[in-house]
Amino acid sequence: MAFITANWNPLGEAFYRKIELYEMGWSLRDGLKECLVAAAPYGGPIALLRQPQRPSSSARPQLEIYSSSGANMASFPWKSGPVRQLGWTVCDDLLCIQEDGTVLIYDLFGAFKRHFSMGNEVVQNQVLEAKVFHSPYGTGVAIVTGASRFTLATNIDDLKLRRLPEVPGLQGAPSCWAVLTQDRQTKVLLANRADLYILDNTSCTPVTPPGLSLQSCSIVNMAVSFSYKYLALFTDSGHLWMGSANLKDKLSEVDTKVRTPPKQMVWCRRPKSQQPSVVIMWDRLLLVAGECTDTIQYTLDEESVCVAELDGVRIVGGSRHELLQEVPSACQDIFKIASMAPGALLLEAHKEYEKSSQKADEYLREIKEQSVLGEAVRQCVEAAGYEHEPETQKTLLRAASFGKCFLSNYPPEPFVSMCRDLKVLNSVREYTVGIPLTHTQYKQMTVQVLIDRLVYRKLYPLAIEICRYLKTPEYQGVSRVLKHWACCKVQQKEEPDESIAHAVSVKLGEAAGISYSEIAARAYECGRTELAIKLLEFEPRSGEQVPLLLKMKRSQLALSKAIESGDTDLVYTVVTYLKNEMNRGDFFMTLRNQPVALSLYRQFCKHQEQDTLKDLFNQDDDHQELGNFYVKASYKEKKLEARLSLLQSAVDEYNKAKNEFAAKATEEEMKLLRFQRRLDEEMGEALLGLSLQETLHALLTSNFHKQAEQLYRDFRVPDKSDLEGAAEAAIERRSEGEISTVLSRCSPTTDRALLERLNRARSTAAKK
Amino acid sequence: MSAHLSYGRVNLNILREAARKELREFLDKCAGSKAIVWDEYLTGPFGLIAQYSLLKEHEVEKMFTLKGGRLPAADVKNIIFFVRPRLELMDIIAENISEKNGRPPQMHSPRDFHILFVPRRSMLCEQRLKEQGVLGSFINIDEYILDLIPYDGDLLSMESEGAFRECYLESDQTSLYHTAKGLMTLQALYGTIPQIFGKGECARHVANMMLRMKREFAGSQTQILPVFDSLLLLDRNIDLLTPLATQLTYEGLIDEVYGITNGYAKLPPEKFAAQKKQGEVGKDLPTEPKKMQLNSAEELYAEIRDKNFNAIGAALSKKAKIISAAFEERHNAKTVGEIKQFVSQLPHMQAARSSLANHTSIAELIKDITTSEAFFDNLTVEQEFMTGVDTDKVNTYIEDCIAQKDPLIKILRLVCMQSVCNNGLKQKILDYYKREILQTYGYEHMLTLNNLEKTGLLKPQTSTRNNYPTIRKTLKLWMEDANEQNPNDISYVYSGYAPLSIRLTQVLARPGWRSIEEVLKMLPGPHFEERQQLPAGLHKKRQQGENRTTLVFFLGGVTYAEVAALRFLSQMEDGGTEYIIATTKLINGTSWIKSLMDRPEAP
Repeated sequence: MAFITANWNPLGEAFYRKIELYEMGWSLRDGLKECLVAAAPYGGPIALLRQPQRPSSSARPQLEIYSSSGANMASFPWKSGPVRQLGWTVCDDLLCIQEDGTVLIYDLFGAFKRHFSMGNEVVQNQVLEAKVFHSPYGTGVAIVTGASRFTLATNIDDLKLRRLPEVPGLQGAPSCWAVLTQDRQTKVLLANRADLYILDNTSCTPVTPPGLSLQSCSIVNMAVSFSYKYLALFTDSGHLWMGSANLKDKLSEVDTKVRTPPKQMVWCRRPKSQQPSVVIMWDRLLLVAGECTDTIQYTLDEESVCVAELDGVRIVGGSRHELLQEVPSACQDIFKIASMAPGALLLEAHKEYEKSSQKADEYLREIKEQSVLGEAVRQCVEAAGYEHEPETQKTLLRAASFGKCFLSNYPPEPFVSMCRDLKVLNSVREYTVGIPLTHTQYKQMTVQVLIDRLVYRKLYPLAIEICRYLKTPEYQGVSRVLKHWACCKVQQKEEPDESIAHAVSVKLGEAAGISYSEIAARAYECGRTELAIKLLEFEPRSGEQVPLLLKMKRSQLALSKAIESGDTDLVYTVVTYLKNEMNRGDFFMTLRNQPVALSLYRQFCKHQEQDTLKDLFNQDDDHQELGNFYVKASYKEKKLEARLSLLQSAVDEYNKAKNEFAAKATEEEMKLLRFQRRLDEEMGEALLGLSLQETLHALLTSNFHKQAEQLYRDFRVPDKSDLEGAAEAAIERRSEGEISTVLSRCSPTTDRALLERLNRARSTAAKK
Repeated sequence: MSAHLSYGRVNLNILREAARKELREFLDKCAGSKAIVWDEYLTGPFGLIAQYSLLKEHEVEKMFTLKGGRLPAADVKNIIFFVRPRLELMDIIAENISEKNGRPPQMHSPRDFHILFVPRRSMLCEQRLKEQGVLGSFINIDEYILDLIPYDGDLLSMESEGAFRECYLESDQTSLYHTAKGLMTLQALYGTIPQIFGKGECARHVANMMLRMKREFAGSQTQILPVFDSLLLLDRNIDLLTPLATQLTYEGLIDEVYGITNGYAKLPPEKFAAQKKQGEVGKDLPTEPKKMQLNSAEELYAEIRDKNFNAIGAALSKKAKIISAAFEERHNAKTVGEIKQFVSQLPHMQAARSSLANHTSIAELIKDITTSEAFFDNLTVEQEFMTGVDTDKVNTYIEDCIAQKDPLIKILRLVCMQSVCNNGLKQKILDYYKREILQTYGYEHMLTLNNLEKTGLLKPQTSTRNNYPTIRKTLKLWMEDANEQNPNDISYVYSGYAPLSIRLTQVLARPGWRSIEEVLKMLPGPHFEERQQLPAGLHKKRQQGENRTTLVFFLGGVTYAEVAALRFLSQMEDGGTEYIIATTKLINGTSWIKSLMDRPEAP
């Protein structure tokens, strides 16, 4: 324990510490000399582009990708053009920016993904310098060309190139420059000797940092903090100016007494920092400068690279990987020599307790007297999160747990979640995984993203283990990991379709909420259509299968899947697709085998395409429906002749359908229509459209008894037998309507007596 | 306004609130003032979810009905179309917003267009909009999932008029898909339903889709203690008889005589004139029909709606006595405190009195009809058919009705009923009826007759054996001594006839369907039972004497009388089961037959 503060260095009020994260697993002959290096923040991967040993025209540079612990992940000779800059995207893809402005994108394992260009103009003028930056919009790229013009792309996934205005008086590359995001706008800050400019979409504005004392000096290096809030400038007189990035406030100015331009300069801050500071690196020297006039100096024994982090700076060298950070206040309180902070006392009490010494009680009493036990526990838990060594973490957590025993009502969540977080963090910091995340970074990036990163590294078992341990809901945890695994699996070209499909189904079988269609889509992208179809079979959501099947031109299968889903809209979609795709004959045949689709299509035709409907019935020899179709059509027809001919077609169809009744009824209808027309023409009646009974009634009331009689005969209107009975009933009931009905059924020749009675009864009823 | 939804065994207000929330969220997505263009069909169902006031709160300033031509002028930022996913409606929308349509340029500030599909988005429709070249004009294309609408405290309806016709006549199972989706929504809010029973092809189809969807949503399940113990899915076509019969409950008769749509009945104004006039003397008689909302929010209505109409008189007079007794109380009120208490009860008493007056008027209106000879004759024939008297002969009453040219739907109801009760009619008899109908009402009705034959409502006898009597006897569909005043059996709702669908429900609860296997085989379609696995820890521990809750879903419609019968079963002391009812649409014989007609009535 006594050694915890051994690597602490004071800087003003604060302390800084440098912790070794890894001894690098790589074996680089010349260290990082002659290398283009890019290391991603949040403990991300490291890419190196090593220049060939002996420069010759045939020798190619070597591109290598390592984890933060130096484990090799990819290595291949660079066969493209000369590279200016390397960088990492937020989703762990490597960007290689070439001299000609082409940006090539590789994944973690060196597989080429795609490329894009920074504009035509660049091809001629070449890229002088480039930077990769991150903003809320994603990963961006900025370049400055040989013509001293800047071009920006704020998000490489949604590429929109913006050429920034010209900078007056700038020749070649600026002395130094940086990209910053302010007010939701991405800008470039650049220095041309002593002049400082801000470059945005429309203008180039000269600016002066407040209180920069030596105006005449030229600015040779600048650094923007991780959060884009702070800016540091380094002048050739060896002065370091620190202030806010909007150039409104000055924080401090330090004379470093080193006049050589630094190799690299980065901010070293942490959330709730006691004092902001900047790490400046020269060939053999690393210097930390803050608000006070003091500085901390470390000697560097090897070529190194600094990586800015949210809460410190990582220093990657040929043999070591270190973290330099301000000591968090919780740790300071506990570990500072002779500290009397509650946490420090609790830690001491616990130590005595382990030794079975009664001093434990004394310490505890002291804490309790000040009633700061809760605070003590909180400090220990917090400090545990900042410590890198599992042993120290354990000691602090044990002390916290000990202190908790003497508190009632202390909420358990912070302690429990810290234990969980540390377990996850320790497992990813593991040498073989090589993600040296701090607790602060972990909380910032979230578990979801950490899982994603593990998945990108194909560390599926660990990812699943973590999901299970944290009890992440299946569909955003385990299932998501398995889906990625499967997507990766389907790309293994050497394995046969059968075994991949089997392996995938076995592993994913029970997992909830897996989207097989996404995996299948990936397989299809890799040109493995058969595999894609096999995988789609596992997709429980038929609806999801359909679009991909259509894309793969498996329209028949798509149709049966759509039907299976029960979603009629989906069926319609496929049917419409098939209709445009196939010739009519095949289309009808396909539908014939799918009754559900057929009846839906019929519905569609009924409202939209009457003629197709007829064709459909024709092809199925559905004479009954054809008959109905003609009948229906006849009512839409105004001209009688056309109407009759449609009805005749209906009769033919009904006959073919062996529906005698319908055929006969339709014939009768035609007969009636003709009769009505004749009478309308001859007698000027308006009978057309009336029913048979109505016609009879109309005839009888207009005294066309002969014609009525003929109708009775022609249509063999039944039930004359009980005519008398009906008449009696009607008369008895004295209902005018009823009497008229019976009247209409009487024949003037045979039922003369009855007619008279009825007529008499009707007139009395009418009077009433 | 919606409190009556939460009084029942299952708080259906949760469903309504969920629907309202979704509506609000959509409206807020379109910032600024809005006008809504309604697919007219939707206004009724929406009325059950949200009143105009809710829309107004969210800056809806104007409302129009969707129709061809140009959109009416409205000075609003957003125009929102609320439509069903129908192609013909898409064409109208396209016409509405098309630039070519001679809209004076720059007369309005630029407006944003949105579409809200109810109940579901449709690729087909979007495709059509694309073909019409207007798809790009829409800022938002969204769906508003409105499947099951809370209709009353124990009643859910999809308000989908065409469901029966689509399923059984046109083999279009869209409404079944919506049903399954609706049941999934219901389960998301009220927990997984552990047991599913069903009878009929459509029921099977819905259950299959539900099980499939459950697999699809696996993993994203909500951890809710199940409210429903079981679900019973019933096809309408296993019981074609019940809707054909004239309903004899109070609510059923209001529906038969005046029709209830979306919970509202339109009544002839004459009887209600007197009350209205009290304040405003000298006004003319109101000519607009009186629109009345009918649901359990009205205390008196909740009490009497399910009674047999013959028991209504007594119930109303009892109520009248209670109310007048309550008003008499004022004479007993001596102290200031007592008077104050009496006054505080006044609003409630006055509401009760006006409610009583309304229902007395309605009861009088209906009584005029039920006491008529025609009604009695019709009912006698219906009951003869249901008891199996002379169903194999041409019925003279039907003949007479045709001769008198009674409304065609009445004839069709009777003929279909005879056919159903006789398990089909002899070809000769069937042809006779058909010819009579064609000759009297016109040959165009051949298509309607054809539809009725396709759905099995009207059919030629194929086997000599008529199994209806067996079904009737086994399930006790006819109870000779139905007690209308103090019912002891569900048969009171049709004064003797116990609805087959409800008997099946009753038998399922006790003693179980195994006891009636024979009868189930005679009815069309398969019967089945499925179990849905519950997440661990959600198994309900039943208290001693606690009732089971069953959701009964009628695919293709349910009548008010059937609903009344289920409510009666829920209230039976030793019933052991409480029922919540869901359906595609509340129907009666008239609306049902009408939905199956082609070229209904005059062109």
